Amino acid sequence: MSEHDESRTPVALSGLSANDPHLQPAARNPQLVERVIALCFLVGIILVIGFGACYWVNAKPWTLGATMGGGLFFLGVGLVAWGKYLMPRGPFVEERHTLANSEGDRDAFAAAIVERGGTVIKRRKMLGGLLGGGLGIFSIVAIFPLIRSLGPLPKSTLFHTDWRPGSFAVDITGRRVRKGDLAVGSIVTVYPEGFQDTDNGQAVDQTVLIRISNQDFTTQKGRETWGPAGYIAYSKLCTHLGCPVGLYEQQLQLLVCPCHQSMFNATNGAVPNFGPAPRPLPQLPLYIDADGYLRAQKDYGQPVGPGFWERS
Amino acid sequence: MSSEVINTKRAKQAATGPYGKVGHALNELDDRLGVAKGGRTFLDKIFPDHWSFMLGEIALYSFVVLLATGVFLTLYYIPSTALTTYHGSYLPLDGQRVTEAYASSVNLSFAVRAGLLMRQMHHWACDIFIGAIVVHMARVFFTGAFRKPRELNWTIGTTLMILAIVNGFLGYSLPDDLVSGTGIRIAYSIILSIPVVGSYLGFLVFGGNFPGTMVIPRFFILHVLIVPALILGLVGAHLFLLVRQKHTQFPGKGRTENNVVGTPMFPVFMAKTTGFLLVVAGVTALLGAFAQINPIWQFGPYEASRISYAVQPDWYMGFLDGALRIWPSWSFHSFGYTIPLEVTVPAVILPGILFNIAYVWPAFERKFTKDFAMHNLLDRPSNRPKRTAAGVAVLSLLSMLFIASSTDVIANFFHLPLNQVLWGMRILVILSPFVAYPVTWKICQELRVVEGGGKRKTTNVVTRTAQGEYVATAAPAYVDDVHAELEASEVPTFIVDETDEQGSAGTRTVDR
Ligand code: HEM
Ligand code: FES
Repeated sequence: MSEHDESRTPVALSGLSANDPHLQPAARNPQLVERVIALCFLVGIILVIGFGACYWVNAKPWTLGATMGGGLFFLGVGLVAWGKYLMPRGPFVEERHTLANSEGDRDAFAAAIVERGGTVIKRRKMLGGLLGGGLGIFSIVAIFPLIRSLGPLPKSTLFHTDWRPGSFAVDITGRRVRKGDLAVGSIVTVYPEGFQDTDNGQAVDQTVLIRISNQDFTTQKGRETWGPAGYIAYSKLCTHLGCPVGLYEQQLQLLVCPCHQSMFNATNGAVPNFGPAPRPLPQLPLYIDADGYLRAQKDYGQPVGPGFWERS
Repeated sequence: MSSEVINTKRAKQAATGPYGKVGHALNELDDRLGVAKGGRTFLDKIFPDHWSFMLGEIALYSFVVLLATGVFLTLYYIPSTALTTYHGSYLPLDGQRVTEAYASSVNLSFAVRAGLLMRQMHHWACDIFIGAIVVHMARVFFTGAFRKPRELNWTIGTTLMILAIVNGFLGYSLPDDLVSGTGIRIAYSIILSIPVVGSYLGFLVFGGNFPGTMVIPRFFILHVLIVPALILGLVGAHLFLLVRQKHTQFPGKGRTENNVVGTPMFPVFMAKTTGFLLVVAGVTALLGAFAQINPIWQFGPYEASRISYAVQPDWYMGFLDGALRIWPSWSFHSFGYTIPLEVTVPAVILPGILFNIAYVWPAFERKFTKDFAMHNLLDRPSNRPKRTAAGVAVLSLLSMLFIASSTDVIANFFHLPLNQVLWGMRILVILSPFVAYPVTWKICQELRVVEGGGKRKTTNVVTRTAQGEYVATAAPAYVDDVHAELEASEVPTFIVDETDEQGSAGTRTVDR
């Protein structure tokens, strides 16, 4: 009884006799444990060799992972078990020494900084000021090229797109869209001609063109002419965070953003009626030219996409 | 020592001393670097044993796996948005115009030997890394390990968590597939939403309006060099402080504020921890083998006007996504300026507040409890009801936000209207901390008064004395009792002599 008790009392690591209970393995049956560990190592070795073989013959990816993972796993488990069951079980104790130094040492340290440094700098206040000023100015000046060169200033970039008065609406392949191309209730993504395969065209100019039957359409004030023959066009950039508003729910005539489920009423100025988007999708004024092509009257009258500070 | 003497083989052996070649080599090293004393102290360093101390090790070792697999990936990945025509072994994409970044990531998955394994291991290791950091942080929080003198290490740890999340996001963006591109788009919009400087910041980071041309190369160098270097440096500082200040430990037999009880660095801890590194690497490889993650070839390349219907970020971004979903669409306009509160609040201010709470917590607690003492012994969470309740409140808020990032999935699965799910989640998010706090507090209070709580259950040995008296004593802990370190629970008053008013004289009742 007392032997067990003592074995659980933490002792210092150094100066133990070889047969001290603290130095005995934790396992009650070390021979058995040793055999199990040896088995783990053997399985690990076989799997690691298997990994080499699988790699050599270019076997399926999962066999690589299985052999390598299994190999490392068994080697690791064996090693953990070795440490846990066959090495000195302890517990051992180590004293903590206070990190703080004596009063005297602390004072000497503080004195070195405050007195020695203080007097030297105080006596030459002007030099210190000039040096500090010089380094300060350098760090401010250095920030400009470091940061400013990273990119252009926004200027008015965020306020307009590549849609110009008269731009033809083309699909992703560059084909001009004509009246009659779309069945009622269908939808296509269009770009201003010439920009369909540019980065900006893809990211900023993208526009959804929907054909709705005329009687479903609520014309908003000032936009009476914007949707000729039931063709209406909205910016495809969600006003929440700019995901493409890629889903069209035909029955309810809702444009749905899959990112956070904002829904815009396609028949009524794309006013959001659900979700976190704060504004309607901007509408692109369209007209149909003499040859039946769909064209823009002008650019969107407002920034497309998510909100930002300068946007009024 | 003259040279003739050490010229014979036997003499050479004698000259090396009782510790042979190793001893000789160590002497040579000590002559030059003076490592003997410090080395000995290091090998003798005592590590307390507790399973929860393993969490930090998981984080460390998954970071090792990230470095190893990440270096492999850099050898094949091309950080460029230049267009190229894909001609590779994945036929559905054959002939498509895609970016170099995407093409090289798909090639990594199909053409490079072990490439898919490395990609999937890298991604799994990332998820494990951040998960382990979060759980490790919770351990430190609930046991009060952040108290004096360890506040600085708590600050470093919080920074590491943020850097890990940031680097995870950057890495997720690199393959330039449809899902990651959508993530970058959202990140850009979040930067735009910052009042006053947002559009400037966005243009500087992206080299122009979204998508710019610079984002992939810049994210690449941040992801493979700058952020990992910061993480590596801070991990070094974290471990240095750990060694310098020594581990905390739970209270128990022979354990005080002024010592550490456990097993020594060499060989016990070294064996266990190296084994554990292999286990973490092994498990990651097994996950990489059997659990598909981020199949970018199925998502397709990023095109700004296309979108995948199941847009879901990695799990550690879930709480932000959830917050963005449930926050109402209140935008603020005035004097010709806009503050897109619908974005700024959930995606900038909320994480700002949460991370700052983490940073200031140690100082806050010191001030609040007026406890300025050194602490090397850990708290049982139930003994600190207020702290524990506050921690659980924050965790439940985060969990609810995480669940809120799947409103559409929940609505589909349970056939509920989206609107109901949205409002349900809003209510749950707001309520959860206010429910979690008092409930946790109450549970802690109850646990504190549970008899024998936090103590070792003991068997009692009952002996009959020569006088015929029965005496109960606690039996010692048996050798392998995992709770052996704990104080033994009290020996019950085994036999009460109830010769008082209520009991009839001479009756002996067993009070247990
Ligand atoms: C700090 C820890 C790190 C985290 C959390 C992390 C996370 C990630 C994640 C989530 C991905 C996306 C993987 C995918 O599914 O394809 C990724 C990709 C990548 N990472 Fe890391 N990573 C880390 C460190 C590193 C390091 C140190 C390197 C290189 C030295 C590296 C190199 C790469 C490369 C080249 C890719 C692109 C691979 C591809 O597109 O297929 N990472 N990282
Ligand atoms: S981006 Fe469209 S709802 Fe969030």
